Parts: sequence; structure tokens; C-alpha cells
Amino acid sequence: MRLYFKYDMSKAYKVILGEQFDKLGIPYTFIAFGEVEVAPGINNEQIIKLSEALNVYGIDLIESQKNILIQKIKDAIIELVYRDEKLSNSKVSSYLAKKLNHSYGYLSNLFSELTFSSIENYIIIQKIERAKQLITTEEITFSEIAWRLNYSSVAHFSAQFKNVTGLTPTAFQRIIKKRREISKAD
Amino acid sequence: MQEDLIHILLADDDEDDRLLFRDAFEEIRLKTKVDTVNDGVELMAYLNRKEIILPHILFLDLNMPRKNGMECLSEIRRLDHLKDIAVAIYSTSASADDIEDTFVKGANVYIKKPSDFAKLREILQHVVSINWQYHTSGLNRDNFILSL
Repeated sequence: MRLYFKYDMSKAYKVILGEQFDKLGIPYTFIAFGEVEVAPGINNEQIIKLSEALNVYGIDLIESQKNILIQKIKDAIIELVYRDEKLSNSKVSSYLAKKLNHSYGYLSNLFSELTFSSIENYIIIQKIERAKQLITTEEITFSEIAWRLNYSSVAHFSAQFKNVTGLTPTAFQRIIKKRREISKAD
Repeated sequence: MQEDLIHILLADDDEDDRLLFRDAFEEIRLKTKVDTVNDGVELMAYLNRKEIILPHILFLDLNMPRKNGMECLSEIRRLDHLKDIAVAIYSTSASADDIEDTFVKGANVYIKKPSDFAKLREILQHVVSINWQYHTSGLNRDNFILSL
């Protein structure tokens, strides 16, 4: 006797992945086939365990050492930008080199090669994102934001904000406010 | 992670524009897969199909027959399964108020269509790589607003 099966790859994949993520206690969201979003806090040990558990099913985690290092650079920059106190003047390059134990030149080249963006650019993006978060969540003046994020003046901050987003901080604030009014009305 | 293909969807009724976009994406440094639809009705039918991989970013022409870009945008933002798609609106010209209005209605990017190809390629490369940062770096998508 033979049994014949038909199977739904996408469903099987989701069930298998879901079980393994649950087992390791990692919260996850399916983004697309072959792509899962996890919280930024996930550590390397968890990634290795997950990768081993999934190997049994022929599912490979696409993750190289270089990518892990990129993630570490990003995490270090975010940590720096999101520290509650004022961003210190100590140069980011020496901070990264010391924290990650590689020369800044190496880190910088690797980052550009794999992310198509430079570390300097990434820092600016993160600073502007931090500014957006402050603009939308806290009662805080633009001067205060400029000071906290270590811009020399509010004009310098506004200029960089405009340069990165195409909008002034005031226009950005107005758009977010209007969006919230609309979603409240729905 | 980084090796992943970036899925791009383009909705434009003008065949020349669609070709131009495709050419531009072929020349940028990121690995992209570009699908196109010819108008708003086709777009919504495409996005509501069950079996598709949703695009990371949708480039949406404002002026299309049958269903225009703004109508599509409103519909997309009302549908739960499409909420996370980045929407980049592009148009030939617009006032600052019009641009702001598209952001209020949920657009992430507003592109004023440039007149030359090199500039278009540069803009698309920029938009796609910024979107990729939001996608891979856990940035808050609600704050993804970019005017070019």
C-alpha cells in the first residue's frame, strides 16, 4: 500500500519555525516566506541554538559572522544615540573600535560593503530617528533636542533634519499630529 | 539577512515610465526584484491575492486611470495585511500642501519625478536603501517620512 501526500510548504515552514521560536522563547513575526522579524534583543547564543534546531528540518539560517558584526556595529550606534544623557563628544570611531575590538577602518569598510551605507550615514539616520521619536513622544523643544543629540545649534539640527527627511522638524511634527487625529476619528 | 532580495512593486499606467523604472532598478547596487502593475485596480487586485510575497516597497504613480494613487493609498492604509508596506508616491509636480497631505494619508515617501535618468536612479537607490534600513534595523515605520 502506498500513501500519497500533498503538502503546503508555506504552512509547514510556518509551523516548524513557530515551534522552534516558541521553544526558545523568542517572540517572532512572519514578514514573508523565508523571513522572520525578531526583537533586536536576541543574542548570538539564541541565534546559534535556533540555527541548530532548524538545520534538522533542512532550514538554514542565512547569517554569517560578518553579518553578526554588522549587527553589533548597529547595536552599538543605537545604544550610543539612545542613551538618555547627552551624546558625548568622544569620537564614535574610537568608541566602536574599542567596543568591538576591530580597527575602525575595518569596521567602516565592512559596513559599507554589506549595507550599502556608511557608518557615518547610519549614525545620522539614527540621530534623526531619535529626534523624530522625541518630537512625537515628548513635550520637548527643538533646542532641547538639538542639545541632547549634540548638534551645535538648533539651526544645525533643523538643517540636518531637512537634509535627511526633506521636511522641517515643524512639518514632520504637524504631519504626525494630523495622522493621529485621523486615526482617532476612525 | 543582508543578502536578501528586495521586492519592489511599481504601479504606473505609462509604459515608458515602467520601463524607465525597471532600467533604473537594474543599475542600482541593491539586489531587487521588480514587479509592475498597470493601474490602481490591478494594483489592489495584486495586493489582495493570497499567494504573493508582499513587496517591501510600493512605488505609486498619483495619476492613473480607473483608480488613482491617492485612492489606492487610502485603501492600502485601511487594510490590515498591507499596513507595513512602505508606500512611495511619485508625481510630476505638487505643492508643499499636496505633499504634506499625502504624508498625512499614510505615504512614507514623496518623489518629485526628476527629468533625467541619472537623477532617477540616484533617487530610487536612496529610497530603497533607506527603506531597507527601516526594514532591517527595527526603526519605527510610523516615523518613516521622506520627501525628495
